[in-house]
Amino acid sequence: MMNRMPTDHAQANAIFVAHGLTKIYRMGEVEVHALRGIDLTLYRGELVVLLGPSGSGKSTLLNILGGLDAPTGGEVRYLDHILTGASEADLTRFRREHVGFVFQFYNLIPSLTARENVAAVTEISTSPMRPEDALALVGLGNRLDHFPAQLSGGEQQRVAIARAVAKNPAVLLCDEPTGALDSATGVVVLEVLEKINRELGTLTVLITHNAGIADMADRVIRLSDGQIAEIHANAVKKRASELSW
Amino acid sequence: MKSLDRKLFRHLWHLRGQVLAIAAVIMGGVATMVMSLSTYDSLVTTRDRFYGEYRFAEVFASLKRAPEPVAERLAAIPGVERLETRVKAGVKLEVEGFSDPITGQLLSLPDVGEAQLNRLHLKRGRTVQPWSTDEVVLSDTFADAHGFQPGDHLAAIINGKRKQLTVVGVAVSPEYVYQIAPGAMFPDFKRYGVLWMGRSALAAAYDMDGAFNHVSLTLARDAREQDVIDRVDAVLATYGGTGAYGRPDQFSNRFLSEELKQLQTMATVFPAIFLGVAAFLLNVVLSRLIALQREQIAILKAFGYSYAAIGAHYVKLVLLMTVLGVVAGVALGTWFGQGLSHVYTETTFRFPYLDYQLRPGVALIAFVVSAIAAVSGTLLSVVRAVRLPPAEGMRQEMPAVYRVTLFERIGLQRWFAAPTRMILRHIERRPLKSLLTVLGIACACGLMMVGNYQKGAIDFMVDVQFRQASREDLSLAFIEPTSSRALHELAALPGVDYVEGFRNVPAILRFGQYHHRGAIFGIQPEGQLHRSLDSSLQPVGVPPGGVVLTDHLATEILHVKPGDLLTVEVLEGSRPVRQVPVLGITKQYLGVSAYMQQDSLNALMREGGTVSGAYLAVQPGKETELYARLHERPRVLGLVANKAAIQSFYATIGEFILFYNLVATVLAGAIGFGVVYNSARISLSERGRELASLRVLGFTRGEIAYILLGELALLTLAAIPVGFVVGVGLVGILVVAFQSELYRLPLILTPQNYAMGASVVIVSALLSGLLLWHRLGRLDLVAVLKTRE
Ligand SMILES: Nc1ncnc2c1ncn2[C@@H]1O[C@H](COP(=O)(O)OP(=O)(O)OP(=O)(O)O)[C@@H](O)[C@H]1O
Ligand SMILES: [Mg+2]
Repeated sequence: MMNRMPTDHAQANAIFVAHGLTKIYRMGEVEVHALRGIDLTLYRGELVVLLGPSGSGKSTLLNILGGLDAPTGGEVRYLDHILTGASEADLTRFRREHVGFVFQFYNLIPSLTARENVAAVTEISTSPMRPEDALALVGLGNRLDHFPAQLSGGEQQRVAIARAVAKNPAVLLCDEPTGALDSATGVVVLEVLEKINRELGTLTVLITHNAGIADMADRVIRLSDGQIAEIHANAVKKRASELSW
Repeated sequence: MKSLDRKLFRHLWHLRGQVLAIAAVIMGGVATMVMSLSTYDSLVTTRDRFYGEYRFAEVFASLKRAPEPVAERLAAIPGVERLETRVKAGVKLEVEGFSDPITGQLLSLPDVGEAQLNRLHLKRGRTVQPWSTDEVVLSDTFADAHGFQPGDHLAAIINGKRKQLTVVGVAVSPEYVYQIAPGAMFPDFKRYGVLWMGRSALAAAYDMDGAFNHVSLTLARDAREQDVIDRVDAVLATYGGTGAYGRPDQFSNRFLSEELKQLQTMATVFPAIFLGVAAFLLNVVLSRLIALQREQIAILKAFGYSYAAIGAHYVKLVLLMTVLGVVAGVALGTWFGQGLSHVYTETTFRFPYLDYQLRPGVALIAFVVSAIAAVSGTLLSVVRAVRLPPAEGMRQEMPAVYRVTLFERIGLQRWFAAPTRMILRHIERRPLKSLLTVLGIACACGLMMVGNYQKGAIDFMVDVQFRQASREDLSLAFIEPTSSRALHELAALPGVDYVEGFRNVPAILRFGQYHHRGAIFGIQPEGQLHRSLDSSLQPVGVPPGGVVLTDHLATEILHVKPGDLLTVEVLEGSRPVRQVPVLGITKQYLGVSAYMQQDSLNALMREGGTVSGAYLAVQPGKETELYARLHERPRVLGLVANKAAIQSFYATIGEFILFYNLVATVLAGAIGFGVVYNSARISLSERGRELASLRVLGFTRGEIAYILLGELALLTLAAIPVGFVVGVGLVGILVVAFQSELYRLPLILTPQNYAMGASVVIVSALLSGLLLWHRLGRLDLVAVLKTRE
């Protein structure tokens, strides 16, 4: 079992480094402090689960890491790029080249087949997998030419994962990828994520409400009211197939 | 219902761009209708008031000469209410510094007191003083064209004698609302004028002392016009009467009526087209807009709102937009209507005032039509959404079912990257929606073509009329029918290249219950200057022994066909009545005419080689000199120079067309933009989530813009040829609706028409694209991930 606690050696492997991240939503008079000073480092190849009550700022944090949103204060560094304050075009390039997203609601393009949904992303990236390989990786090698409407929810989510990993991203960000799925289907999807994390060494950040899922993580980060309440390294990682909820 | 209403306003505010675009479509349709109908109503009201207040006569008769006591016999005819005799003289005029020939009509005013009938409305100056010998009042068109003010002078050749005149006033008369020289095609305010002077002065100059040659009268309430006309004719027969006639045959009134008929058609056809298209577009746009509300409707239903409450909610939403559009349309239409009415009364018709009228009914109809279109489009979608069980409406929508497109099935897919496939599949998946969008954009293109069509058509008509049919430079009329030997003298004048005589016999043409009061033109069978044209616009000779009619006169007015026998009541000389066979029908866009060979017409009149006037081809540069020589000849009266006529036509009508084109362009542009922008915006709403997801995946703004705007561009391009077809169809309707005695528009569309139609669509699309580009920059990427739909 590898120790993923920060060490000097690991420090060299840091992918994201965040310092004093704050996010304030202003709605007229009211201010919502979604993030209240987050310090966090995420490392190459680890699988991190973000837990926390609803409204604790999980999605906000993930979106900032993915370059979808800008923090109100603080700094995020991706390798040697500083994301905070980057231009819209730079953020787009960052997402295009380095980040794979998986969403709770799949967000597939209904007018494209499974293969084409993946291809839509590989066409614009520099060293992608073949879409067929990406789909084989998620176990859908035989459903290449099916449109989203012809796939089940779990299958759609796996296409979304294939789409996210096909460009060989350094980071895979998943916001409640199993939220819309039953537990058996959810396990299949998690197995795919686990496999990718293991085989490709992709830093995977996974938001969930489900404490059970935390058992498959290298580290579990617990957010509460916009702050990190606890970071916990699992001594023993469970296999996704062993999980249930 | 309170929170529902709050939703209403928030929704409206959220949609404000689209609300404005939808209102623009309604505004375009409504403004056209309000403008046209209010102009028509205004002119009719103004005419009726003017005729009434200034005692426009109801029956008119010209005669050679009758002693004044005959007037008492006429006045004694039962049914005559008020009667007035006058002296009327055709004159040549001389204006300092203007060398072109000017003809005029001089009419007598009573020596003392105001005229009984056909009173003048003085715009400037005063009327002539009792028993004055040289004072005249000018028609305002002529005075304005030359800048005459009271106190200025001009000269008239009356009966061969030159007389110096002093202008004392400028006036408008109900008898000359529309002023056009006899024999001319178009009004020419510089070269034709109407003048009024004291009776005794005019009679002295015109050898009419104690006599009259014109009479007009009004009818008693219960009198029958035809009875009075018959009796007047009986009395005047021995005095060279040329046949009494009622208002429908009075020159100015006839043209005014034709023009008003035309305007009425325009006021029905144009708005019907504009409002119809606008209504269609409104329906399409709104039903798509409401279709986007599917989920919200399901939620409202789940809360327990009744169908009626939900329906009412959306109807309110749509009616608010409609009201906005109708109010803007009525305001704009009123403004345009006032402008159009003024252009009318500046360029064509002269009234002393303008009663601008907007009947509340017009605005109401506009509102009702728009509201029906809007509400029906809305309810259709609401009903469709309401029928869905709430659970289904709210359930996570399964992705829509797409198919591989035809293009790809036939093996073209390797040419298309994913974004292009998305465009093609999106279009092909909703063929009806795509089709309606194309049709909507095409309608805007067609409207633009209709709006701009008239200019090209008029150019074409003028070209056919003056470069193919009436090719003479100058046409002149003799004071009286003359032996054709006079032509030799004309040919010998310096600057005259070629002379072609014509005989012109005023006559009433009758066939069954139909009649037309006009003239028969006797022209040369192999004429070089004045020719008639067949249906393919090639010159055709007039065969001997019968009459050839222009198409509108034959089919629409007299209802005759070749082979029929026409009754010709000549209004000249001994006024013979003859039967003449119709030999053929020819094509003419402007006015209506009946032609015979001159020899045949002479034979019909039992006269030797006689001409009424001549068509002249004049050497360029010699015009002024020739005019001067012709002016000196006492037997030459009317002169019409074609080139000047065309120029004046364009000068007057140009303003009108310009105004109309501007209005049509603005309105068609508003409608076009409204449609294109809405289609694009709705596309964005329908696909915003998909596009934002792509942005999250790292697509650039340019790349997602390609997907959205590519579809718009494709549909726009497809819509242009369809729009051309729509445009031709709409113009076809217009051509059929616009036939009148004055002119028949040819179905001619110039490249500019097509270009205008295409540009409104392209410019609208570019503008919409630009606006959408900005919107795409503001897509909320995070929000997309949070919500399901
Ligand atoms: N666009 C916004 N405007 C205002 N407040 C917002 C916005 N987005 C998020 N918030 C607030 O920020 C806080 C954190 O939101 P966030 O979406 O990160 O929560 P979360 O931990 O992902 O919750 P959940 O588990 O319910 O998804 C919440 O209080 C939320 O109300
Ligand atoms: Mg969240």
